[in-house]
Amino acid sequence: MDDLLQEFIAETRETAEALAGEIVAWEAAPGDRGRLDGIFRFVHTVKGSCGFLDLPRLERLAHAAEDALAEVRDGKRVPDRALVDAVLAIVDRISEIVDAMDRGTPLDDGGEDLLIAALDGSAAPVLETPAAPASPVAARAPMRSVRLGVDLLDRMMSGMSDMVLARNELARRLRAGEVDPSAEAALERLSATVAEMRDTVTRTRMQKIDALFSALPRLVRDTAASVDKRVVLEIEGSDVELDREMIEVMRDPLVHIIRNSIDHGIEDAATRLAAGKPEIGRLTVAARQAGNQIVVEVTDDGHGIDTDRVIAKLVTAGRDERVLRALPERDKLELVFEPGLSTKDGVTAVSGRGVGMDVVRAAIDGIGGRIELDSTPGRGLRVAIHVPLTLSILSTIIVAVAGHRFAIPRGVIEEIVAAHAAGVELDTLGGQRVAMIRGRRLPMVSLAALLGVPAQGRHPSMLVIANVGPGALVIGVDDVLDHEELVTKPAAPPVMSAGIYAGQALPDSGRPMLLIDCAGVAHRAGVNFRREAAVAKVEEVGETPGIEVLTFRDLDGVLRALPLGAIDRIEPVAAHQLHRAGGRLRLLLDGALIPLAALGELPEGAFAALRLRDGSTEVAYAIAEASDIVRLPADLAAPAEPGAIAGVALMGDDPVELVDPLWLLAGHADVAAAERKPLALLDEGEGGWMATFLAPMLRGAGWRVAARLGEGETADVVIRLDAAGDLPAPAGAAIVRLVTDPAAARCGDAIHRYDRAGLLAAVGARLEQRR
Amino acid sequence: MSELFLVARIAGQAVAVASRSVESVVDLGEVTPAPLAARHVLGLATLRSRIVTVIDTAGTLTGEASAAPPRRAIVSAIEGHHYAFVVDALDDVAELAAQPLDPGIALSGHWADAASALVEPAGEAALVIDLAALVPGNLHSRCN
Repeated sequence: MDDLLQEFIAETRETAEALAGEIVAWEAAPGDRGRLDGIFRFVHTVKGSCGFLDLPRLERLAHAAEDALAEVRDGKRVPDRALVDAVLAIVDRISEIVDAMDRGTPLDDGGEDLLIAALDGSAAPVLETPAAPASPVAARAPMRSVRLGVDLLDRMMSGMSDMVLARNELARRLRAGEVDPSAEAALERLSATVAEMRDTVTRTRMQKIDALFSALPRLVRDTAASVDKRVVLEIEGSDVELDREMIEVMRDPLVHIIRNSIDHGIEDAATRLAAGKPEIGRLTVAARQAGNQIVVEVTDDGHGIDTDRVIAKLVTAGRDERVLRALPERDKLELVFEPGLSTKDGVTAVSGRGVGMDVVRAAIDGIGGRIELDSTPGRGLRVAIHVPLTLSILSTIIVAVAGHRFAIPRGVIEEIVAAHAAGVELDTLGGQRVAMIRGRRLPMVSLAALLGVPAQGRHPSMLVIANVGPGALVIGVDDVLDHEELVTKPAAPPVMSAGIYAGQALPDSGRPMLLIDCAGVAHRAGVNFRREAAVAKVEEVGETPGIEVLTFRDLDGVLRALPLGAIDRIEPVAAHQLHRAGGRLRLLLDGALIPLAALGELPEGAFAALRLRDGSTEVAYAIAEASDIVRLPADLAAPAEPGAIAGVALMGDDPVELVDPLWLLAGHADVAAAERKPLALLDEGEGGWMATFLAPMLRGAGWRVAARLGEGETADVVIRLDAAGDLPAPAGAAIVRLVTDPAAARCGDAIHRYDRAGLLAAVGARLEQRR
Repeated sequence: MSELFLVARIAGQAVAVASRSVESVVDLGEVTPAPLAARHVLGLATLRSRIVTVIDTAGTLTGEASAAPPRRAIVSAIEGHHYAFVVDALDDVAELAAQPLDPGIALSGHWADAASALVEPAGEAALVIDLAALVPGNLHSRCN
């Protein structure tokens, strides 16, 4: 319907413009039948269209004029000055209304009755029409438009590309021989024209990103309402222009990201208030141009990506938890792009559609873009989509490898560094070359080695860090030569079959150049960003002597390692999980209090803990940050004195201290027989709720549990449910009160009966007090 | 029924190519290598601001890469891409009548896949070859 309306507006405006001259002529010679017919057809068409489009106001005007003109045509009326004036006024009025419709501004209908009345001569002499429409007519935007198929635009663009290439060829030919100054000048002019044409043609394909953004307020409103949240949307940069094809490709990913933010990211009002945030969630969608790229950012102030939950989901899907937990934080975030992942437990009406972020990523990758995630736990998530400005002219970096030149799309390049720069180290790890760049360990591919061409030196001298879908890849080249805008086209199938090229282009040099597909390079070189594959690879080369260890930065800043086999998992720890119970530090994990060992001061805030398990004994070891899984040589330099450190090994140039897992388990684990277990009395009479629900948990945490005391026994802690606080406590025992009503738990020392962590902490604390 | 053929020489053998499949005949300039591309792809060359993929025709047919630098080539557009098929020399353009191949003749290498008929310009037998069959990957190879 909108299209029809637009067409009607365009058509009516065009006819009215063409009719302007006719009307003036008819005014001069009211008897001219041909002109009368033209005007009659106009009002007749308007009347017909208005009926169909349901525009009663215009229809009424057109109908009245048509009636009057029909009478003239039938000879029933002689056109006089008053009638001509009245018809003119109506035609002007129609133009004004159509303009107002196009602008979307209201136009009051004052005076229309008078205009119609003036037609049959019954009204007073026509009001001063020229004065009224004068200003709207002048204000009318002189914008003219035609409708074109996108096909036609594509052909224009393709023709334009060929024209650029032909101009380059011509320039080359001219420069090869003696250059006639006049030919040179003509070429200059041609170049300027071609460049301008290219810009213009490129612009025909451009559309304001508003075309994408205008639907968002409604989307956000509806999505938020369906999950019962309140979200305020801010849009920035609607006037940024983008290739219309890009806009189409970005539509679904953007909608998906926004739905995710509202459904998974932004919390409900109660949770937000509890976290000290404003009740209403805030979502910002912003577009900006950055060089040859458009960046669209979706920022929410929700709770960020819960990597623990993402990992838990992947583990249920059969992935190795140990490996996933050992990943650096940045890589953990990237796990949301794994296929088939939904962190929401239940399927919601909003985003439980089986479409994951992997699909979003694939769509953006497909147009040469990339997605960046920036999550601050508790504070929010920023998703940045980078896409190239246009599809057919690509901004590239030209690199040289053993005399060959290749182009690399600039969009995928994160950074280019010299191999000998400070903070850059090249190494080999389990047969895979890696580059350590300012603390980031990235897989490296030497382009010369991959292509099988003789490289200049033993190591590449320049490193191009490319973002390839699942991770970053370092591509080693001999030199970085230039930056060039290239018109790229697919290469022939026997060339594309190499799997490492994205296309071919003809740069100004006139020598064909191949465009490197960085993801293809990673694939061909066998670089796999999936961690499982990486681990499998380590196992394959398992014959090389050594032990696989997890390296970590310890609390005292020293780089240490523990054998991977000894580690059960890595847990993030918050301060409230830390308890001093039974005379030592313990960690409340999964409802159990686990002895905690540490070399160095425990930090105030959150830290990580490695869980070690040997049969039934379990110990946690506090660390600052896990860094990597590596293989260390089996022969270690022995430490000066026996203790926590089993030995020192070299990893690259850095010494790594290997923590002795035996020392940890032997020195810190609870040895059941050696300690008298504290006794908890579940004082509940016949109810049995505590015996059913609490007893297993307490036993797991190292307590003995009894429903009544035996002869000579004293309880360390008495637990009562919904009991009055004034019941006397058995001699020497501390009381922990549980309540069924959560509201009652908030005001007082009672604990809600399902508050597992709170209960364990309370019984631990009571025990500590008694001692 | 006779047809217009381009008679050329590849790996010492006279061949004929139906002229309707030939876009032009060119002298190749510099060829830019395309590492890791399919076997017998020599690289890319520029012809009138257009990129063509250069095919070692003799190598494709005999299985052994030719040593001589590519000079002359027949350009043909196959499935939207332009290829330059390197030839030793161009002999003639003539209206010739194609004859079926004698089933008793066993052709070696990929000749059997590419050749479909026989013509006889100036008394010497020339194999009629199909350029599209010479694009690496398009060969239905019987031998490796």
